[in-house]
Amino acid sequence: MTTNAAADDQFYREYILDHYKNPRNYGRLDHPDITHEEDNPLCGDVVGMDFQIRDGVIEDIRFHGRGCAISQASASLLTERLKGIALDEAKKIDKNDVLGELGIQISPARIKCALLPLKVLKVGAYGLASDEEDEE
Amino acid sequence: MTTKEARGLDVAAIRKDFPILETGIAYLDSANTSQRPRQVTGAMMDYFEHFNSNIHRSAYHIAEVATERYEGTREKVRAFINAASTKEIIYTRGTTEAINLVAYSWGRKNIRPGDLIVLTILDHHSNIVPWQILAAANGAHIEFVDIDERGELRQDQFRELLEHSPRLVAFGQVSNALGTINPAREMVAAAKAAGATVLVDGAQGAPHQGVDVQALGCDFYAFSGHKMLGPTGAGILYGRREVLETMDPFQSGGDMIRTVRIEGTTYHDLPWKFEAGTQAIAEVIGLGAAVDYLNHLGMDAIRAHEREITEYAYEALSDIEGLTVYGPPPSRRSGVVSFSLAGIHPHDLATIADRDQVCLRAGHHCAMPLMTRLGVAATARASFYVYSQKDEVDRLVGSIKEAQRIFK
Repeated sequence: MTTNAAADDQFYREYILDHYKNPRNYGRLDHPDITHEEDNPLCGDVVGMDFQIRDGVIEDIRFHGRGCAISQASASLLTERLKGIALDEAKKIDKNDVLGELGIQISPARIKCALLPLKVLKVGAYGLASDEEDEE
Repeated sequence: MTTKEARGLDVAAIRKDFPILETGIAYLDSANTSQRPRQVTGAMMDYFEHFNSNIHRSAYHIAEVATERYEGTREKVRAFINAASTKEIIYTRGTTEAINLVAYSWGRKNIRPGDLIVLTILDHHSNIVPWQILAAANGAHIEFVDIDERGELRQDQFRELLEHSPRLVAFGQVSNALGTINPAREMVAAAKAAGATVLVDGAQGAPHQGVDVQALGCDFYAFSGHKMLGPTGAGILYGRREVLETMDPFQSGGDMIRTVRIEGTTYHDLPWKFEAGTQAIAEVIGLGAAVDYLNHLGMDAIRAHEREITEYAYEALSDIEGLTVYGPPPSRRSGVVSFSLAGIHPHDLATIADRDQVCLRAGHHCAMPLMTRLGVAATARASFYVYSQKDEVDRLVGSIKEAQRIFK
């Protein structure tokens, strides 16, 4: 029980909760160059992103959605990282980066929540087929 | 094992039969799958260790014992649901396979273009998807009976749909997601009077309140062993004999035949005609032990116990600020309480509850049309059974308060 408790306190770290309650870059862009949404039907998490691209750089970004703390905090963290960087750089972001950014141990049952925003980025920004980019 | 008492269950004694409860978990997910007592695992282990062999075909002693135990479950199940004959008791892997069997063997032959199939918004995916596939293949269409604000089926709308003479009516005895106990007997009678063939999904009914299929009057009744203290992999399709006799086989191959010649094959009698290949022998034997266990407790006592703990949980949860309970009042529901918390996703709650070893289901409960109808993506769900006790509800309440503290 104590090990579980320790893991869980870490799971809902203050900054995760902060990103959940006060999401950064939340909302919609009026004229996005790219817009894409993905969901996780198992738990009903939804994350969508609007991108504004200029000269190969993500000039502005917004996300919207609903779901658990992990999926929404992960989306908020990812948009912070994406804003202002080149698409080429964004392409290098992978599963380990996202999980590292969250900085918590994610159980197998919740990993889809954490990686849903990355799926939105990959499928949306790179036009990858959704079924080829299952980050499980 | 405890003894049957007029006043209710001796839960403390029952819990001693379930070694997993010694790990300290508060298991509140029995609508998903129940735990299994030593009597069930013991019966299975007895098979593995003392008479493991294939059934129906070998002339040596242990195979005769295996066959006898395997077929013995059929009579136990027949008596448990009060079917007229063991010929009407077909072993399946579970409710899902049982319904698929009907959709395939009965449905392909009897559902014609333009036919109406009536289902309900409360149904589990396993009582929706097989009919969608059948309807698409045979050109039929499906109508769903809606619920009212209490989470109970709209009987007025059901009666209206019956006026369109549906070929098939299929519905759950009890909703797995809300716990709603449907007026199955009245619904079957009305559907039969309208000329429909009727299937009742008893996955959440048989384990908690039992059934008398002859009194119920349905053509088919499906349920799973693993939700009633038995192992996974063994379930039951009851079919009325006259209907089963008109049906083609489902899966085919070994054991379901009478004679196989190059020119063609004749099939075995009921019920073996629908049981192809080597069956889940140990699991069926385990299911027989589960039926014995439930009979020993008594279904009335089980229902009374569940009702008491469900009322307790309903009251305790309803008192929590920001918590919404879905579905009917406790007197009209089975041992299931589905709820949501303002500002806290059910998965986050389940993760926090897990810290306290509280096993709570979070998700759509294989009832996505119902979740859409309720306007939620998911709910948290606590469900109870013979071993459930009030202090487990108290632990759940503690987990909910902890989640509210974290997410404040």
